[in-house]
Amino acid sequence: MSSSVYVAGVGAITAIGNNVADNLAAFEREEAGMAEITLINTKLHGQVPVAEVKLSNTELAAITNVSSQLSRTTLLSLIAAKEALNDAGIANLSSLRTGFVSANTVGGMDKSEDFFVEFTKDNSKGKLRNVFDHECGSMTEAVANELGLTDYMTTISTACSSSANAIFYGARLIKNDLLDVVVAGGADSLTKFTLNGFNTLMILDKEFCKPFDDNREGLNLGEGAGYVVLVSEKVARALSKPLYCQLSGYNNSNDAYHQTASSPDGTGSYLAMQGALAKSGLQPSDIDYINLHGTGTPNNDSAEGTAIKRLFDPHYPKMSSTKSFTGHTLGASGGVEAVFSALAIKHGLIYPNLRFETPMKELPFTPEKHYLKDQKINHVLSNSFGFGGNCTSLIFSAI
Amino acid sequence: MKIYIRSAATISAQKTFGDVPFLTEPVEYQETRLKAIEPDYKDYIDPKLIRRMSHIIKMGVATARECLTQAGIEMPGAIITGTAYGCLEDTITFLTRIIELDEEMLPPTAFIQSTHNTVAAQIALMLKCHQYNNTFVHKGLSFESALLDAIMLLKEKEADNILVGGTDEMTDASFTILSRLGQYKRWPLSNLSLFKTKSKGTIGGEGAAFVLITDKPSTDNLAELTAVKTFYKPKSNEDVELRINSFLADNSLNIEDIDLVITGKNGDLKNDAVYETLTHSLFANCSLANYKHLCGEYPTSVSFALWLASNIIKREIVPAIVAENAIKNSSPKKILIYNHYQNNYHSLMLVSAC
Repeated sequence: MSSSVYVAGVGAITAIGNNVADNLAAFEREEAGMAEITLINTKLHGQVPVAEVKLSNTELAAITNVSSQLSRTTLLSLIAAKEALNDAGIANLSSLRTGFVSANTVGGMDKSEDFFVEFTKDNSKGKLRNVFDHECGSMTEAVANELGLTDYMTTISTACSSSANAIFYGARLIKNDLLDVVVAGGADSLTKFTLNGFNTLMILDKEFCKPFDDNREGLNLGEGAGYVVLVSEKVARALSKPLYCQLSGYNNSNDAYHQTASSPDGTGSYLAMQGALAKSGLQPSDIDYINLHGTGTPNNDSAEGTAIKRLFDPHYPKMSSTKSFTGHTLGASGGVEAVFSALAIKHGLIYPNLRFETPMKELPFTPEKHYLKDQKINHVLSNSFGFGGNCTSLIFSAI
Repeated sequence: MKIYIRSAATISAQKTFGDVPFLTEPVEYQETRLKAIEPDYKDYIDPKLIRRMSHIIKMGVATARECLTQAGIEMPGAIITGTAYGCLEDTITFLTRIIELDEEMLPPTAFIQSTHNTVAAQIALMLKCHQYNNTFVHKGLSFESALLDAIMLLKEKEADNILVGGTDEMTDASFTILSRLGQYKRWPLSNLSLFKTKSKGTIGGEGAAFVLITDKPSTDNLAELTAVKTFYKPKSNEDVELRINSFLADNSLNIEDIDLVITGKNGDLKNDAVYETLTHSLFANCSLANYKHLCGEYPTSVSFALWLASNIIKREIVPAIVAENAIKNSSPKKILIYNHYQNNYHSLMLVSAC
């Protein structure tokens, strides 16, 4: 029950790169992934920037040699999960108990949107193949089948904390000795549904987002997928290549304040960070880097910042929101940022918080503005907070 | 560690909610869609909130509250839900408005409440519960995933008094789409005669069922949740039989020790084939019960079966309406639930007298 869980492989696809290496290169160039909307036919075109993965469905499908008719969420998920699994290089995978725990929030909505155009006019119309795989679980199932990870699979959807909870749950499946290897994380594709949803909430920035800046005006939606390969101690010992880190702490708490807004004092965020620290047995001063949830909305950054102040004052670690590069990838963000956290430890990196200029009045700290390498990073705290008050923090630690 | 079901509550197409007789007055429907019988929500939810809540949110929140009341627990140690389809009504409302209003002047409420975690979130909000909160959305494995999460939390000593629920709603649109996909029978029939005709298709249902689970023994507990096991796409019916035998063996039991088997029969020829095979093999001498003629088929319907099994154990009664054959032991001590969803997701649950 008390055994450690290690990260043996990572995979990511986002607006700044189709694989891990490309993502790292974009960080070093300090080059954000946001641009005009190109993939979705929407009236919001030209009004808000988004962080699209720069490949069409046909191009995405070609990478893993699957049908381009699959939901874009599935296509993104498969690419990153496969990269992670290949990266881990577990030789005897078929003899181990393996699982796939994936998260998403939109499922096959990109296809359902097409279906409903016809269906809304006439209920006997609309191509059924566009709605057949609407469910979030269908994305996971398709990828698990493709990768042969079918001893156990499940899907989590807790809004923007979804894939952090998938990693959390995957680690516990190993700790409870139910599985040996779990590929865990999440994926989400950009859809008209989410674009319009966030637009009605008036939290989309018309410019590139400015997380933790006093003049921040909202978030940019993104898309992508990120997965880590979690392995038990026993599997870890048998691997020939070095591990990235271990998952040393985690906590899931609820803000219980409002369906979409965070409480002003960031109660849920505070409880999640504090709980993850307690689980890992670490002190706030042990944390070397915080990968912020940092969406860029006035509400989130204020609540998260207030919670950080309460927990860390007066010694603040370096911190940044990588959403300033990737946009907010919603259900994928916890997975994508877990990958970035593992890479920060392995390569000694701090990612810049792009476009930060003006410190927030209520906070005594500021995020890191520049790409830093050769840092000694032992412990990274990664925050993922979502609608419904769902707050999850993960801590990754060097081995 | 022993795990107990302290309380169980369900809103279903039957009279199952609140202080009611135990399935002695089955409700008959002459259609292929069974709608949940809704209580007066004012007794469970702040009336100011009811108006804005969709069907699934009201069902989920009220069922959770009733489950807590029955357990005598004000604040659960964790809230975990499973839902395959999530908040369909709000999702479809928002989707339809995007199309009909051509992306202009959209009201945000439906979007806000469309996220899959809304039920668990609204329960947390109502209770001001800051504890662990999670939502699983994996097709016919959603409720089982939530249950496994809760069992692990108990074993890890991270939480006690864990509220676990399965919720799914049927809307006009989803019923139309699932009908077009061929899931339901092509003609109206009585749900109470569901198993009498051998034909394609089942009847659609919806509902919410919550259990409160704990590791603390108490005379108030309904039953012990002895074991839960799931498996994906078994190779054959023989493979299913092997897995059930090994599940029983893991719990030092064989099939003769099981007083009642509740299966997920739903009236569809293909779906029921594995149950029919087992009826003539492993389950040949078993007392058998069914439940989907009462609540309809939906991906989290096994939560209704768990409510049913817990109540059968506690009340020491097998309602006549669920019995498939002669029930040998009218107060079963060990119940096996075997359900599968569309032949992909299979689950086994062992529920025992405390």
